[in-house]
Order: sequence, then structure tokens, then C-alpha cells
Amino acid sequence: MGLSCAMLGECIDDQMTLPSSHSRSRKGDREVQDLILPNGGTPAGTASPASSSSLLNRLQLDDDMDGETRDLFVTVDDPKKHVCTMETYITYRITTKSTRVEFDLPEYSVRRRYQDFDWLRNKLEESQPTHLIPPLPEKFVVKGVVDRFSEEFVETRRKALDKFLKRITDHPVLSFNEHFNVFLTAKDLNAHKKQGMALLTRVGESVKHVAGGYKLRNRPLEFAAIGEYLDTFALKLGTIDRIAQRIIKEEIEYLVELREYGPVYSTWSALEGELAEPLEGVSACIGNCSTALEELTDDMTEDFLPVLREYILYSDSMKSVLKKRDQVQAEYETKLEAVALKKEERPKVPADVEKCQDRMECFNADLKADMERWQNNKRQDFRQLLMGMADKNIQYYEKCLMAWESIIPLLQEKQEAK
Amino acid sequence: MEQAAPDPERLWQPAPLEPLSHPDAGLESMVGEETKGARDEGPGDGTMTENNFSLKKIEISVSEAEKRTGRNAMNMQETYTAYLIETRSVEHNDGQSVLTDSLWRRYSEFELLRNYLLVYYPHIVVPPLPEKRAEFVWHKLSADNMDPDFVERRRIGLENFLLRVASHPILCRDKIFYLFLTQEGNWKETVNETGFQLKADSRLKALNATFRVKNPDKRFIELKHYSDELQSVISHLLRVRARVADRLYGVYKVHGNYGRVFSEWSAIEKEMGDGLQSAGHHMDVYASSIDDILEDEEHYADQLKEYLFYAEALRAVCRKHELMQYDLEMAAQDLASKKQQCEELATGTVRTFSLKGMTTKLFGQETPEQREARIKMLEEQIKEGEQQLKSKNLEGREFVRNAWADIERFKEQKNHDLKEALISYAVMQISMCKKAIWDVLKDCAVLFFFCAPSGRKKS
Repeated sequence: MGLSCAMLGECIDDQMTLPSSHSRSRKGDREVQDLILPNGGTPAGTASPASSSSLLNRLQLDDDMDGETRDLFVTVDDPKKHVCTMETYITYRITTKSTRVEFDLPEYSVRRRYQDFDWLRNKLEESQPTHLIPPLPEKFVVKGVVDRFSEEFVETRRKALDKFLKRITDHPVLSFNEHFNVFLTAKDLNAHKKQGMALLTRVGESVKHVAGGYKLRNRPLEFAAIGEYLDTFALKLGTIDRIAQRIIKEEIEYLVELREYGPVYSTWSALEGELAEPLEGVSACIGNCSTALEELTDDMTEDFLPVLREYILYSDSMKSVLKKRDQVQAEYETKLEAVALKKEERPKVPADVEKCQDRMECFNADLKADMERWQNNKRQDFRQLLMGMADKNIQYYEKCLMAWESIIPLLQEKQEAK
Repeated sequence: MEQAAPDPERLWQPAPLEPLSHPDAGLESMVGEETKGARDEGPGDGTMTENNFSLKKIEISVSEAEKRTGRNAMNMQETYTAYLIETRSVEHNDGQSVLTDSLWRRYSEFELLRNYLLVYYPHIVVPPLPEKRAEFVWHKLSADNMDPDFVERRRIGLENFLLRVASHPILCRDKIFYLFLTQEGNWKETVNETGFQLKADSRLKALNATFRVKNPDKRFIELKHYSDELQSVISHLLRVRARVADRLYGVYKVHGNYGRVFSEWSAIEKEMGDGLQSAGHHMDVYASSIDDILEDEEHYADQLKEYLFYAEALRAVCRKHELMQYDLEMAAQDLASKKQQCEELATGTVRTFSLKGMTTKLFGQETPEQREARIKMLEEQIKEGEQQLKSKNLEGREFVRNAWADIERFKEQKNHDLKEALISYAVMQISMCKKAIWDVLKDCAVLFFFCAPSGRKKS
């Protein structure tokens, strides 16, 4: 961390020498002197194309290095399209490497489609109801016009599915789930699906049978707080998602105008003599900036929006887990009350009420642990997201900067009389 | 009656002043070259070369704008803007400037000055005025002439106009221009007394000439074509630029919406709070930065606009040439026809149709005396015509020579100015990119330090 601080500090010092004012800069010559040395090189202070952006990358990498020792690695890649008589669909390759005893082989490679992921998630929800199950990317594409088989869509989905499996892999309880194991290893998953393997834990079984309708007396503060937090959190993310979409729309419209603007300089250049090259240079420059902007807009769509949506879905599923917890607590409270009212009963608490209490306390413990894990992951994810977006923005500005800086010498060139 | 060169009466006395532009104007280098050129070669037309007096330097600036109300020609209440023109003379030795003149003028008076110059210097590419009404607006700019931003930009444009005139080797010596800077009252009357409005070529005459001229100088044809194309391309450029500015404004302002959301989100977070707050703040700063950026770009647009209007000035010179050439051609044609008539009368053959010939047929032959008289008259007319043709020819050639000299001067100026404009545009973009990068890095630092990753809690 110390090293990174120093690097960042260094970078900040360099950036301190940037020109601050750009108002009414008619003294074009003088400002340009700051940028270009007499021998034609650029001073060290000027950001070279890679410097600012790679610094951010280095900062991020530092973080990843602090991983705990892992014994299970799962990756989703290699999407392939399958065309069958009844339907067309995509499968992804799932590669598993593990030293755990639960796995017969050290390495597995299987192919799965979205349906299979959906099945896995449902099974996890069933069998581990006290835990937070990561979200899947949306099943149906709401926008309508999106092509399910376009490269961008498939890649976005692949990344989300990869994230989904990695989250499960990182979870101390979920990663040992038998359905998860089957998902990663079975040659023919459909056969397993048909068997309907139902390995239910003690808590799971009983939770399934919890009927609704119990009223909750006291929600513990921490869970109330979590509930409120999730409400606001989802709301804010929703707003950010809408704003982001609006920005992308505005950027696209801006891009349309830019793509018309650049070429007009070319047209003008054809009329001129001495000005022909400078004007053509400006035209090319604007073209480069347009391309850079297009790349930035694509990045926003592919990297930024999906993470927002994923966390909104996450919040929703977490809210339902919280509700289930409330139910368990409600059942316990009701039963306890019922016992308290019956004066004939011995002071000792009956077995089934004890079981309820057990259930509730387990649920609370699991949920608390998962919430903490979730908060940490969320922090990391958003930090990476915001830094990533910042990085992409820097890259965009660096591309534009390079384009404009490269035509300054062209503009300043004194042409001999033609 | 056209003037190929301004007559000495219009020069100001005693010594011509050497104009120096206001330091702010950015025409420094150009003006320096201009006046240097003037001193080296002397003005093109020779009639005004005086001995080199010790030249005093002057500075001109349009320093203020003020809203005024008054009564117009129809005695109706109106609101207009007046501009303060200050003239300073700079002492050679110590560079100190002393305020010599200060008066208020409104836009219509500038127009009057320019129209006067157009009439008396038709061979000069007369600098244009800033636009009368705001055009090429994008949504934020007001199209209202009273809008302070528009007034400010117009003030700069008017100053630029005066500096251009002052730094022109020929125009700077004009007396009316001098009086414009120095004589507040009565100036309008003085201009009108020159009777320049009467001397102006009628639009109709000019149009007629344009269509009918047979042999204009090829260079002028090319120049006219060029100025048409230039006008078209710069208009297009300005229109698209306005749309680009509009869209860019939209992008920046929507980013501003992030500010509040991130702030609200940061309120519910513990470790992430500061980082999110910083991100929100960054967005606010980003959104508000667009105003300065677009103001600077507006300045660039104004520089382009000047050359858009210059295209019209170029066309005016071409039109004048066409008019003179047409006049010449008509005179030559008229002379040729008279010569032919004369010849026919002398030899008795009738090849050309003439009214006289018709009436002769109808009413009988004319007497030999009558015919002699007519021949004599024609011969006199022919002699006169030949003189006129000679002088018109001379005038025409002189016009072409003088005009072309100024056009060459203009081309140099244009290439220089537009290159400078493009450079400052590029510098503007570079500066903007650097600032943006710096802002992002700055706020990223906060993000990094305050979003403690898992396992390392912020102490």
C-alpha cells in the first residue's frame, strides 16, 4: 500500500503543473511553448498515453494480490451457439480446478446453458434458504430489440454468469453445496435434474414448511436496518441506472453530430492552399475523438450498466431472504406466546418451540455472516467499478489529448510558397 | 464616377498615424507585419506616399458597452447599446499610453462607416462588422440583441473591426475613419455630406453587369467562385458546430444528475461514504465545467464568422470589377457601333439598322450637307469615345492591379489568422482534456483511500 501511495503521490505532483486557465486563450503561441520543447519532444510532465490509465490499473492489481489461499477455481468462457430443430441456444464452457476431496478429479470441463444456471440457483435457494444466493443476469431481455445472439449481449451475459459462479465459489457454505458440485462436474446435467436430488438440511426442510401469516413483533434492529438500507440502496442504484442510460443516449446523439462536424473541415480543406493540410489535420483529429467516444460509450454499456442491474437484482433476492427470516422469527414468537399463555404447561419449554428458536438463531447467524460478506464484496465491486469507469474516462481523454497534440506541429508549420 | 484611389482630400492632416493594435486583441503579430509591410513598400497606389514623418503609435479599444434609451428618427422611444471607443497614443520612447480620444458610438454608426468605406475603396477587401443579429445559436445562447453575452461578443467584434481598419495600409489614412474615432458630434452629418450614398453603385446595375459581362479577368471569376464556396462551407461548419455544442451541453448536464444521487447514496454507506461523496462532487464539477468550455468555443466560432463575412467583402470587390469591365465593354461596343455608322454614312452603304436610316427611307434621302453634319458629329463623338475608352481602360487596369494587391494581402492575413484560430482551438481542447484527466485522478485518489477493501478496515 505504501508503494502505491508513493506512485499516486508522484503522479499527482506531475499533474500539478497542468495549465489551469483556458479562457480567452488568444495567446496560442505562448501556451503551445509549454507543451512542445524546441527539439520536438514532449516534456516529462505531459501525460504519456499509458501513464495515467496504467497507474489506476496498478492500484487495482495491488488489491487482487491479497487473495486468501483458495482450493477451488471456476471459470466461465467460450460461448458457442447451438442450432437445433426445436431451438437455438448458447452454451458456455465451465472449467473447474480443485484440490477438495469433494471432487473426484482435479479438473473438470463441462458445457452449460442459461437454463442450467437457473436450475442451480433455484436448487441453492431451496437447499440453503438462510443464505444469500447471488443473482443471475436477467432471464428475458426486456428491451425487445436486443439481439440474444449478438457478440455484446453474449459477452455481457458470460461475464455475469462467471461472476455468479465465482461468488458461490467464494462462499464457505454454498461452495460445498452438492447441487453446485453436480453442476460443475456432471456430464449429463439433465439426468440429474430428472432425479430431483433433494439434499435438504435440517433447517432447510423445516423452513420449507413454514407457513406464512405469522405476525412479527420485534424485528431486531440490525435486520430492520438492513431492510431499510436495501430499500434505499436499490432505489439509488435504480436512479443511477436511469441516469447512466440517459447519458449514453446523449453521448450517442453527440457522436452523430461529431461525425458530421469532422468531415466539413475536409470539405473546406479542398478549397484552400496553405490551409489545406491544417484543416485536413483537424478533420482527422475530430474523427479520432469520435472513435474514442464511441469506445467509451460501449464500455459504459458493457461494464457499468450490468453491475448496477446485478446489484439491484441482488437487493431484491436479499429482501426475500429477510422476509423468510422474519417468518421464522414470527413463528417462534407466536409459538412461544402460545406456550406462555397455557398456564398448565410445565415451565420447561416444549421441544418444538426449542426447535423454532434453534432455527431462528441459525438463520440469524447465517444471514449476519452473509451480510458482512456481501457488504465487503459490494464495497470491492463498486470500488472496482467506479475506478474502472474513471480509468475508461481517462483513456478517452488521453486518446483525444494525443490526437490534438499531434496536430499542433502541423498547424504551426510554415509552408514555403507553393 | 468611381474612385480607384482615395483622393488627397480624404486623408487626414497633418501626419498619418501609425496604428498599433490593443495588446488584448491577438492581432499583434499580424498588425506588426501589416504596418511593417506598409512602411517597407508604401501603399499600393502611389498617390499617398508621403515622406516618412516620425510616426506616432496609436491604440484603439472598444472598452465598454452601455444600454441607452433615446428617440429614433420617427420620434419613437427605443433601446439600443452604445459602445465606448477609446484612442490612446503611445509615446515612442517609454511605451506609456495617453488617452487622446474617447467617444460613444452605436452599431448603426459603425455600419455607416463601413458603407462609406465600401463606396470609396471598392478595390479593398473591407473588413466586416460582427453580425447584426445572433445567428448559428445553440439553445443556451440567446438570440436577443440585448443579451449581455451577445453584447460582449459584439463589443469584441467591433473592436476587432476598428483594429483591422486601423492596421490596413490604405484604409487607416481615411479622414472619415479618423473623425469616427475623434469627432463624436456631427460625424454622421460629415459622412453624409461626402455624398457617398449617391456614388454607390445600384444593386440592379451591379446585378445586370454580373450577368452580361463577357470578359472579366479570370482571377476574379476564380475568386468569386472561391468566396461562394468559402461562405457555404463556413456556414455549414458553424451550423454543425452549434449542434455539437448543444449536444455536448446535454451530456455534461445529465452527468450533473449523478451528483445528488451519489450524495444520497453516500449517506447510507459506512466505509464507502467518502468515496461516493467524492464521486458525486466530481460529477457536479464536471457538469459545471461545460459553461466555460463552450464560452471559449464561442470565441472560436466568432473568428470563423469573421471570415464568413469576409467572403462577402471579397465578392463585393469582384462585383466592382465586373461592373467596371461591363462598363468598359459597353463603351467599346458603343464606340464600335458609332465607328461603323460613320463608315457607312461615308461610304453610303447601309449595313446597320439605324433610326436615321429608317426615316431616310420613309421621308426621303437627306441632303449631302445633312450627311456631312452627321458624319462630323459622329467623328467628334468617336474621338470623345476613344478618350473615354482609353481612360476607362486605364481605370480598369489600375483597379485590377490595386484590388489584386489587396487581395494578396488579404490571403496572407486569412491564412495566418485561421491557422492561429485552429491552433488556439486545439490548445483549448488539449487544456480541457488535461483538466478532465486531472479531475478524475484527483477524485480517484479519494475513492481508493476511503473505500477500504475487505480485510483492511479504515482505522
